[in-house]
Amino acid sequence: MMIVIRCHVIRICLALMLSLSLAGCATTGVNSQAEVPAMHSINEFRDQNFAEVSDPWEGFNRNMYRFNFYVDRYLFIPVVNSYEFVTPVFLQERISAFYNNLGEVKNLTNSLFQLKGIESMTTLGRFVTNSTVGIGGLFDPATSFGLERHNEDFGKTLGYWGAGSGPYLVLPFFGPSSVRDTGGLVVDTGITYGIYSAIDPFGFTGNSFPIDASITTLNFVDTRHNQSFRYYESGYPFEYYMVRFLYHEKRDIESGRPLPAD
Amino acid sequence: MVYLKLMFIAACFILSPLQSHAADGDYGYPIPGSYEATIIGTPAALIPPLPAYIRTRQLELDIFPDRKKPPIFFHDQGLLCTFAYQKQKAPLVFLIGGTGAGNQTPRLLTMTKALYQAGFHVITLPSPTHSNFIVSASQSGIPGDLTEDAVDLYRVMEAAWNEVKGDIEVSDFHLGGYSMGATQAAFVAKLDEERRLFNFRKVLMINPSVSLYNSVTRIEELLQQIPGGAKKQGIFFNRMLSKFSEFYRYGNFVAVNENFLYTIYTEKLFSRPETAGLIGLSYRIGLGGMIFSSDVMTNSGYVVPKNRVLSPTDSLFDYFLVSTHLSFYDYFNEYFYPHFLKQRPGLTKQALIDSESLRSIESYLKTSAKFGMMTNENDFILTKEELDYLKQLFGERARIYPRGGHLGNLEYKDNLAYMVDFFKK
Repeated sequence: MMIVIRCHVIRICLALMLSLSLAGCATTGVNSQAEVPAMHSINEFRDQNFAEVSDPWEGFNRNMYRFNFYVDRYLFIPVVNSYEFVTPVFLQERISAFYNNLGEVKNLTNSLFQLKGIESMTTLGRFVTNSTVGIGGLFDPATSFGLERHNEDFGKTLGYWGAGSGPYLVLPFFGPSSVRDTGGLVVDTGITYGIYSAIDPFGFTGNSFPIDASITTLNFVDTRHNQSFRYYESGYPFEYYMVRFLYHEKRDIESGRPLPAD
Repeated sequence: MVYLKLMFIAACFILSPLQSHAADGDYGYPIPGSYEATIIGTPAALIPPLPAYIRTRQLELDIFPDRKKPPIFFHDQGLLCTFAYQKQKAPLVFLIGGTGAGNQTPRLLTMTKALYQAGFHVITLPSPTHSNFIVSASQSGIPGDLTEDAVDLYRVMEAAWNEVKGDIEVSDFHLGGYSMGATQAAFVAKLDEERRLFNFRKVLMINPSVSLYNSVTRIEELLQQIPGGAKKQGIFFNRMLSKFSEFYRYGNFVAVNENFLYTIYTEKLFSRPETAGLIGLSYRIGLGGMIFSSDVMTNSGYVVPKNRVLSPTDSLFDYFLVSTHLSFYDYFNEYFYPHFLKQRPGLTKQALIDSESLRSIESYLKTSAKFGMMTNENDFILTKEELDYLKQLFGERARIYPRGGHLGNLEYKDNLAYMVDFFKK
């Protein structure tokens, strides 16, 4: 039953994406009046380009960017708003802390992959502390003990070992990414899923599927609840480039190896 | 994933060091430098406690129902305003954002929360220079004329009021604005004296320009401090960026977060001219957006070929580079002034510049008791002479702080308390 519904959702999404890309094509060439060159053009400036990122699939990416805008507007944001309306702030914070704590598993595996000893110990310490003293991750006492959070993922691991980011890629639902980070996302999801299936914490109930589905859904809602970003909200006509540049730059800076001090 | 806040900060980067300030009065805002204060704003610990959630609704106003919007602005489905409302009868404050500000700009949200906490209804309005306003609420599509902007703003306020008046009870209307929004507030208040729809009881101007042209000249001068001048901003941008990322990689940082940005400031990564250049550059990046949106709306053929219809998936990167390389003077001389000359034959540039100034309505400002004005001794958008002019114009209605740069201290606890108190009296 669930699988049928899921297939249905996927089909609707594909249809929506396709219709959006076609709509994009249909709107060009409407105007029949002859074009007149603009007063200023790119040729008159002798300067370096800036905020530039490799983006050979810009047309596709802009379509996905727009797709995500509509998904946000008609699905995610209304859901997040209802969630915020019905859930007390204290509870929202506990839920976020809980998922943050689960995320430490991903941080730990990836800091191990990068052979970062101290960081791995810190992350392990955080996970153990918050899972016990922090009552199953509902609170974050580790930060007040001086154990700082290190966000890691497989995309960063690849970057650490020298893989370039590859072209920019906007993923449906997930948003800004790159070829490398998309691969990383797949690996991280696989590892998390593998660990989860091996433990199968709700297997004993004989009814684990709906529980797992609820946990995943709530995770998604919580993630979006914690992101203040809204597509096109800045109103800036070049927002796509600003987002692309900042995503790329932040990832590039954070995944690089530290340089030796002079 | 993406942090809009980071977007704002990264558009500016950061600068030189915290000195302990001389004890001038009891004013505790800590950052002495004008540029530094402007970029860093108010350290989190010095912002007063504000409610995490307030009762708000986003308004999406259809100001010109017959307007057909260009396909690239498909996401623009009306003018966005944020409406915060009390359950009981209360005064309503309209707030106008500064240059480039949207209705949810952090500064506007902080002001909204502070006023909401004190029992006011609030409606925030984007700046007429913001794309959403140009596309959905500007009659001409050409922002920057104080008289026309005031008419546009008034129309929006009227529409917003019609949208909410069935839901709330209002005792009085107030008006406030910061930066260019403060200067516009003065013109809106004057218009209200004729239209009498709101009869604003109090009007607060925070860090206003006296003359828009002069203030923008101050900011353009910041960009002229970069090597090779303003037209080499791409080279400058890339050089600052590599400085920024190298600094990260040498240090032992956890992430590009506030701690990292603060270290950039304390370690003096950027020199004073570089800091100035970064402020000028972030302003240019904003101005470029305004020029592009206006050009698309008016089909003027300024940066986009005339009659070209851009689709939502077309690359805009060349337009981005072209628009951000244009100065305010280019916009004024080649686009803004010719537009008004066509409407008012014989108009001189100087006459147009003079009309974009508080001096053009000074007799009104001098006598109206409803005004209040807050600014800083070291706000770089004012000359010394203009600061003196404001002091003399507003007399006891002026509150001048010893430091804070341009808007850096707006969220500081004393400033917010003064603002709330002003509307309460």
